[in-house]
Amino acid sequence: MNKILHKEQLSETVYLMRLEAPLIAQERLPGQFIILQVEADFGERIPLTIADADIAEGSITVVYQAVGKTTRLLAELEVGECVEALVGPLGTPTHIENVGSVVCVGGGIGVAPLYPIARALKEAGNHVTVILGARNKELLILEDKMAAIADELIICTDDGSYGQKDLVTKPLDKICAKRNKPDLAVVIGPPLMMKFCSMTTRPYDVPTVVSLNAIMVDGTGMCGGCRVTVGDETKFVCVDGPEFNGHEVDFENLVNRLSAYKEQEKGHVCNLEKAQ
Amino acid sequence: MSAELSMKERMAIPAQAMPEQPPEIRRSNMEEVAQGYTAEQAKLEADRCLQCSGAPCIKGCPVGIDIPGFIAAIAEGDNGKAIATIKESSLLPAVCGRVCPQETQCQAPCTVGKALKSVDKAVSIGRLERYVADWERENGLIEAPGVKPATGKKVGIIGTGPAGLTVAADIRREGHEVVLFEAFHKPGGVMIYGIPEFRLPKKIVQQEIDTLIEMGCSLETNFVIGRTRKVIDLIEKDGFDALFIGTGAGLPRFMNIEGENLVGVYSANEYLTRSNLMRAYDKERAGTPIFDSEKVAVLGGGNVAMDAARTAVRLGAKEVHLMYRRTEEEMPARVEEVHHAKEEGVIFKLLQNPTRILADERGWVRGIECLRYELGEPDESGRRRPVPIEGSEFELELDTVIVAIGNDSNPLIRQTTPGLETNKWGNIVVDECGKSSIDKIYAGGDIVLGAATVILAMGEGRKAAAAMNEMLTK
Repeated sequence: MNKILHKEQLSETVYLMRLEAPLIAQERLPGQFIILQVEADFGERIPLTIADADIAEGSITVVYQAVGKTTRLLAELEVGECVEALVGPLGTPTHIENVGSVVCVGGGIGVAPLYPIARALKEAGNHVTVILGARNKELLILEDKMAAIADELIICTDDGSYGQKDLVTKPLDKICAKRNKPDLAVVIGPPLMMKFCSMTTRPYDVPTVVSLNAIMVDGTGMCGGCRVTVGDETKFVCVDGPEFNGHEVDFENLVNRLSAYKEQEKGHVCNLEKAQ
Repeated sequence: MSAELSMKERMAIPAQAMPEQPPEIRRSNMEEVAQGYTAEQAKLEADRCLQCSGAPCIKGCPVGIDIPGFIAAIAEGDNGKAIATIKESSLLPAVCGRVCPQETQCQAPCTVGKALKSVDKAVSIGRLERYVADWERENGLIEAPGVKPATGKKVGIIGTGPAGLTVAADIRREGHEVVLFEAFHKPGGVMIYGIPEFRLPKKIVQQEIDTLIEMGCSLETNFVIGRTRKVIDLIEKDGFDALFIGTGAGLPRFMNIEGENLVGVYSANEYLTRSNLMRAYDKERAGTPIFDSEKVAVLGGGNVAMDAARTAVRLGAKEVHLMYRRTEEEMPARVEEVHHAKEEGVIFKLLQNPTRILADERGWVRGIECLRYELGEPDESGRRRPVPIEGSEFELELDTVIVAIGNDSNPLIRQTTPGLETNKWGNIVVDECGKSSIDKIYAGGDIVLGAATVILAMGEGRKAAAAMNEMLTK
């Protein structure tokens, strides 16, 4: 049982929560995730990236979009209530070192897991440029936190309601085309955004790390449900990842695998709505 | 023992069949297939035992249960004595009575079976073991074993499968504090996530856990050693005096053929975990989805393959194929599981193996391409090697493929525990007492043996527990 210590609605469907998890707060490193169950007897296990941790409070922060059945149930819980199971930190942490200059690209709620990585890269001495993308101003999250650590912050919205009216690939391309091209790109967001960012950096030979979200059950390598094709190899997102070389990931396969239960999920969500 | 029976009379008693749910009924429920002997049947079956002097059955049992002893007690009507006799050597009789491969262990050398020229006619030791274990549980007679006064020593058990539960009981009895760590939200390891309800009801496993809790063991679920806490920290910072690693063989192997990452391809681990642990079979209540498959192929010939195929049948698949590249004779699965699978309509495709998995335009499984095989010369395992028949390719239309060709060892603990010696397969290297290359750290079960059975895991666990208890008293 892990108590909800703080809950904040960041946009219409996006929530931030701090959950009591002292051991995970202590052990977690940037890039790692947890698996959570709202209800442990029949409830689904879902992976969520750790956006932040507070060792003193003994808490971790997660940011999620309430679109699936479990995230919707989670969004219904209030401060003081508990989730029944929380396990982690899982996954291989991000490799943090001073490589020189790094461009960090975050899309949608991918900005949340990107934040601890960008901060760690900055603390390691890198020059950090952050590009944030959202459909509109309302859906942009964690701008202030990112502004506090970034050497340069670029904001893109699809509708131009804030920042540039561009896709994130446009400023990314511009940065990569500079004479002092970045030494590393870190991209976290929806699969298609990661795919197109990887395609953008490839001609410039900028090493590109993407953090993948996959359907998984145990999160420790036991089920293999989260496998992805990277280069010629099959990798498990939960233990080999979640971060991989974006130039080698088969994004099409990833998107297909993410859609495996879409139809069934639709049925479930409809039932939830009927019940309300 | 009914002393009045002659050997001839004993041999004349027919082998007692196990009452079972009829195949056409059990195809659509998750309840246990085998329903257990009645008291009369158990008595008759026990009377078939000749109490022969050599007791070859004991040598066939990996943990050396006094088999003639417990069977004699059943024949005398003393079930309490029978279960006590078993528990001197085995801690999980209700589990082992159900899932042990008796036909290759205790029942293989049985004199009765030999005399009747069929291992099927051997005394049904496993069914009798199950009978007394169930008798004890159903009558509420299970008593937690006594625990010696506290020693002040603390032991961590990593993994709550058969090996871990066994070690926990043996160590707790000596008065040491025991903490069990489980990565999942429910304890029991493969007995909960892997072996289906229709073969091993969850309440039986839960009973074993309850007994340990009653003995004073504590349980930490949702706790991944190597991630939530490192092995070394347990010893150096958390004050554990010894650790037992029994994390099992949890890393599914795939075939490395084209199309294996298509939507609709599962490892047996994933398929079974969704259905068992996450209860996806209960579509009304479960949050975890599983495919509504029409046509399924399970690749492999072991117990896990049978479990997956029979689960697919129960989840409503219209056609379930089990594909194995050798013949039934080489199948590692228990004979009973093969028999049950066939009764339930699983289609056995022997001497066949897929070469690639075929995709539809959405990237989902639409079928497999296979090759036919014939048996050639024996290989290093002594089994005749399957040789592909050239030009025998054919396609099978499917929507789901379940790969059940075994597991490799999970790398999590190995990768996060410097100095822990492992072999080339990633299994932890231990000495004859189960001790690893690091002091105070022991290991057993599948993480040492590679994929094996519940009883072997338990046997290894008992050995390690004895060594750990000795080490802790020094």
